[in-house]
Amino acid sequence: MVTLGNYLLASGLLFTIGFAGVLLRRNLITIFMSLELMLNAANLSLVAFSRFHVDANGLPNYNAQVFVFFIITVAAAEVAVGLAIIVALYRARQTTHVEDINTLKF
Amino acid sequence: MIDALPWLILFLPLAAALVIVLLTNRSQRTSSTISVATVWVCFLGSCILFFTTKVNPTAFRWLSLSPVLDIPFGFVLDRLSKTMLILVTGVGALIHVYSLGYMREDKGKSRYFASLSFFMFAMLGIVLANNFVMMFIFWELVGVASYLLIGHWFERDAAADAAKKAFITNRIGDFGFMLGILMVWTATGSVVFSEIASHMSRITAHPAYLSAAAIFIFCGAVGKSAQFPLHVWLPDAMEGPTPISALIHAATMVAAGVYMLVRVGFLLQPSPTALLVIAWIGTISSVIAALTATQQDDIKKILAYSTISQLGYMITAVGLASGEAAMFHLFTHAFFKALLFLGAGAVIISLHHEQNIWKMGALARRMQATFLTFGIGTLALIGCPPFSGFFSKDTILALAYQRNAAIFALGLFTAFLTAFYMVRLVLVVFFGKPRSDSALHVEEAPPVMTVPLIVLAIMSFITGFGFVARRFLPLPEEKGVFILVPVLAFAALFLGGGLAFSLYRNRETDPIDAAILRRRFYFDEFYAWLINWTQDLLATIAAFFDRWLVDAGAVRGASGATWGMGALLRLVQVGNLQAYSLLFGLGIVWIIYFTVFR
Amino acid sequence: MQSIFFWIFSILMVGFGAAVVINRNPVASALSLVVSFLGLAALFVMLDAYFIGVIQILVYAGAVMVLFLFIIMLLDLRAEELRKINMVAVAGGVLVSLALFCQIYAVVHRMRASDQPFPRLPISKIDDVHRVGLLLFGQYNLPFQIIGILILVATIGVIVLSKRELR
Repeated sequence: MVTLGNYLLASGLLFTIGFAGVLLRRNLITIFMSLELMLNAANLSLVAFSRFHVDANGLPNYNAQVFVFFIITVAAAEVAVGLAIIVALYRARQTTHVEDINTLKF
Repeated sequence: MIDALPWLILFLPLAAALVIVLLTNRSQRTSSTISVATVWVCFLGSCILFFTTKVNPTAFRWLSLSPVLDIPFGFVLDRLSKTMLILVTGVGALIHVYSLGYMREDKGKSRYFASLSFFMFAMLGIVLANNFVMMFIFWELVGVASYLLIGHWFERDAAADAAKKAFITNRIGDFGFMLGILMVWTATGSVVFSEIASHMSRITAHPAYLSAAAIFIFCGAVGKSAQFPLHVWLPDAMEGPTPISALIHAATMVAAGVYMLVRVGFLLQPSPTALLVIAWIGTISSVIAALTATQQDDIKKILAYSTISQLGYMITAVGLASGEAAMFHLFTHAFFKALLFLGAGAVIISLHHEQNIWKMGALARRMQATFLTFGIGTLALIGCPPFSGFFSKDTILALAYQRNAAIFALGLFTAFLTAFYMVRLVLVVFFGKPRSDSALHVEEAPPVMTVPLIVLAIMSFITGFGFVARRFLPLPEEKGVFILVPVLAFAALFLGGGLAFSLYRNRETDPIDAAILRRRFYFDEFYAWLINWTQDLLATIAAFFDRWLVDAGAVRGASGATWGMGALLRLVQVGNLQAYSLLFGLGIVWIIYFTVFR
Repeated sequence: MQSIFFWIFSILMVGFGAAVVINRNPVASALSLVVSFLGLAALFVMLDAYFIGVIQILVYAGAVMVLFLFIIMLLDLRAEELRKINMVAVAGGVLVSLALFCQIYAVVHRMRASDQPFPRLPISKIDDVHRVGLLLFGQYNLPFQIIGILILVATIGVIVLSKRELR
């Protein structure tokens, strides 16, 4: 029997993998992909909760799904802007390696 | 109506000064007319006040911080201030008229008369003030007026320097004056003369404190009345126009110190120490100034040192606890010294601004009115009976004879010196041969200048007599007749005059050359050295402070500390995005730990 | 039956998610991400969220992944060459990630609802597109409009950023 906990753990694991990717990978594109993983992990738990909380009609709570819809939309916009920034950065520096981008240092 | 008269007398000159500065500056004739007219109105008002017995001038509370400090703006109208009013406005009026002649070709005539009116305002304020704060304010205003007038010909460096010197030297004395006022206020809780007088018991309980306060107040008089050791400004102040020298630096302003001491005499009387200090400062000043005067070549400087010397007499009288004697001498001195200065001014302007007495000579025949009036002034100054100076000086000498033999001896010596340098001056200027071209072709001064001279000469003659002076002043009571004192004084006068006569008759150059006297006891050099030394010392200390405490300690220390902290914090700023996100993740784990698991 | 599919798809999702992180080649990472998202979409469908599942495939597996691949191709990114690995940083990252997962696990484990099965739904009444649409255009109309403006802003921003000369 699949429980809510299973979904939440799967979501948490995906989130942790994404977080580890952000921390460990040096390629900006990969880091960006890891970020997407984290976002989608959050989406998964939202949908799981939505399915778990049924209303009086026995229907899922669709508010959470609207929320997920918004997250996906914003994420799409974010991907577009983020990739544009990476392209601009690459033009300026000829690198997407995060260790080469260290001008934020004194 | 009569109650408003003091206000009118006080503020009319200020109004005149403002009108001249703001409106009529362009028109020199209008400006001078306004100024002269107001001073005559003031003189008339003073006369009316003098003969009015019941005057209750309105006063208002100017600054009220009760119960701590209460400063009224009020007037004191007793015999002393009424006499001073007459004196200041009377001599002032004559000198205003004289200035019309003396300054007739001056470009800054409007400015001159504005400053003169401003001076009258300030001086009348001192005379009328009924409290220390008001007096101090007008005291400073007088200093400002003096500064403006000494520096009237400011395009001359000497005049500008002299103005600065006068102001700064006065500031030193005024600082003491202010301390004295504060001490008196602290002790009695009031700055009004009458209230202090009624609370004297609070301060007489501490003799040392009282003496200190009295001596500090005396410092103000030392500055303003040009007493040793702050006398150096007065001879330099002669750079100003001669009427100014007569009015401010001989007759009125320098006498303000004496007037102030007499006004606060009730503070000085209970302190023998302060009185002794005052008496000796006066005596020392009179002797030093008289000695210096014997070797000066500038006619105005001689008269300036003479002024210091005579002011020394007055201060001595104050120190001998006789305000009456001091005021008597002040009263007579104002007339004959103004007369002498105005006479000197007539000589100077006739010789086209020549002040060296060795370039004059044989003026007696060509400038008869000037010579006669100047002679009367000289006789009054050296104390020749029956001129006014004889009586007033004799009063002081008699006083000294009674109270202090040493001061009496020095007073006699000063009288001897006075006779010596004045006879020398008259002989060199008015007799002998003319020693320059301009002295050869000299002409008498115009009537606008000689008439004041004649009026002052008459005053110099009559003011000494008891029946005249008693109308104005309470004369000290003669306790027993000292025939010895007048005889000795006359002997000193005769000796001094005779010595000068034998030495300087028909001389072309000065037969005596005493460098120390000629250089005025090296006071200026000493002060220059002292100020230089003090400044160097202060500069060294300040440089040390700046270099090692401010620069090395505060500035470099602060910057070093900031820099060090920055260097430490910089270690956190690795610039690596993932290091930041690692720290960020650590923070999140930390927060979750604290919010969920604790 | 349900649980078998859950395990298949969740393992698919997590496994390819891990592959995204592990792969050195960005193209491989991106393709792994597609598979991971497909698994995720399947999980959405299993949760009876058909609309979200379809959106997930359309937007992520479609548009976003194409964008990623396009950029990777554009920048001509190759497999990363091995650099010296900062062991402290790697250990720190792993430790923090592990700690985070442990915390998530503990939270989920403690939650009373976590071991309960999902309630049954009346299958005939499932019309989530209809329901979500009603919410979007009704209750959430204003956020919906704002999202539209956000996308417009993002579009303009991307165009500005992508111009040759940044001024």
